[in-house]
Amino acid sequence: MRAIYLIARRDLGAYLRTMSGYVILAGILTLNGVLFNAFALGEGEHRSSEVLSRFFYMSSGFTMVAAILISMRLLAEERQTGTLALLYSSPVRDVEIVVGKFLSALVFLCLFLALTVYMPALVWAYGKVSLGHLFAGYLGLVLLGSASLALGTFGSSLTKSQVLAAVISGILIVLLLICWQLASVTERPFSGPFNALALYLHFRPFELGLIHLKDVVYFLLVTYVGLFGATRVLEARRWK
Amino acid sequence: MIEVEGLTKYYGRHAAIRNLAFTIERGEVIGFLGLNGAGKSTTLKILGCVLLPTAGRVRIEGQDALDNPHALRKQIGFLPDTPPLYEEMTVGAYLSFVAQLRGVPAGKAAGRVGEVSSRTGLSQVQREPISSLSHGYRQRVGVAQALVHNPQLLILDEPTSGLDPEQIVEMRALVQSLKGSHTVLISSHILSEISQTCDRLLVIQGGEIVAQGTEAQLAQRAGSTGPIELEIAGSADAAVSALQTLPGVISVQLVRTELHASVLRVEAPSELRPQLVRALVAANVDLLSLSKPERLESIFLKLTHGKEGRA
Repeated sequence: MRAIYLIARRDLGAYLRTMSGYVILAGILTLNGVLFNAFALGEGEHRSSEVLSRFFYMSSGFTMVAAILISMRLLAEERQTGTLALLYSSPVRDVEIVVGKFLSALVFLCLFLALTVYMPALVWAYGKVSLGHLFAGYLGLVLLGSASLALGTFGSSLTKSQVLAAVISGILIVLLLICWQLASVTERPFSGPFNALALYLHFRPFELGLIHLKDVVYFLLVTYVGLFGATRVLEARRWK
Repeated sequence: MIEVEGLTKYYGRHAAIRNLAFTIERGEVIGFLGLNGAGKSTTLKILGCVLLPTAGRVRIEGQDALDNPHALRKQIGFLPDTPPLYEEMTVGAYLSFVAQLRGVPAGKAAGRVGEVSSRTGLSQVQREPISSLSHGYRQRVGVAQALVHNPQLLILDEPTSGLDPEQIVEMRALVQSLKGSHTVLISSHILSEISQTCDRLLVIQGGEIVAQGTEAQLAQRAGSTGPIELEIAGSADAAVSALQTLPGVISVQLVRTELHASVLRVEAPSELRPQLVRALVAANVDLLSLSKPERLESIFLKLTHGKEGRA
């Protein structure tokens, strides 16, 4: 646990000490804010819950993009700069390296999500917002971010190029996203598994203010699979 | 302290090292010699518990490196060929992070960082970001991170690479100061550094250990009959005739004549040097100097020549 804490603290410090972290935060927050103003608030009058759902829908996209950008450096950069040898030669298990790095990215992503709170706060100020809806939406964003970061960590473990890592992670997330479309164009028995895997179908209830255990379990499972895969890749590298 | 048996590592179908076997005693400073691609770094990475071998065993202090790498890593300090540095961190924060990662309690980390910084000459740059340091300082930080948890075994892969002569002397002094308190395994392309710093040498070529021992033992094994240079006062005639008749001497050649001296090159086994001196004294020739240009470089080339030819 100590190693996980040390690695997470160091990596979080790296996000906060370098420009790249702030650039990612500023860029995505700006786009999120502009689109919130243009589409979520939109023209005319809307019910507050409707605006909030649109906000969470839009933020889910930005959360996935942020997760890809935040996680692409996690392990790829360590390999690129040779610092992975430091972690490999220290009394740290490979799973501790992966979890430590993932947690630093998750905390940084939560910082991004915390900075989006001003948008629902505006809805709160000018309308009527259910705290339960707000809680469910943000829980969904954290879970979606966690799953996306885990896939990003896996992508980052496969290569020393951060760009390639981002592309791999993007492809994995898009594959889970299009499962929804695939489910609608296929018949049983294929539509069932596609429905079960569809990322957006599991986020939609959170968007509407609903928390279903199966959706929580889905995101936790994707997170586990991503981190398990990344750990296996790190272990395998010791043999190569 | 370290026992290596049948150590083999394949990258795909290519064998980087094959069936390596050697032992290293506690407190020894061992030089690891080899040309590029000989398998030095692979061996050091395996000993540093970074890589896993395809076959073979490594025991450090009686513990198997494959069965229990996690515990062993606390006893090992490893500097890879490229120092593993987090550029955005300050030197002090980086060393403190590494110390704690390697098991130094948080309360004692600052003390260890101070100690190792003063030993490696980093006290002045504690608050500097690593990205702002020169190559020499970066190399020092690399050595400091390997030392910061006070490991029993220190593995340094090319620690003098890219350093200027003054920094090389400082690094040599640092490694020499570690003798006795740490077991040190050091690889370098600067062979003279190895000969001055190490107790014993391991020569690796084509993934195999081709020789091991002290410099003198390696020279003997290389069967050195290299030239011995003699500087004598006055004319060379008497000296040449005295030396040519000496049993064991292969050839005597006049290299150059200076104002009051001559330089001769004698092809003979190095152990014949006392007889050469006696023969010159008997012939009433004044000997000004005797030198054996045979150095580690030539011994190394002789030892690895056969392997190179086969590669």
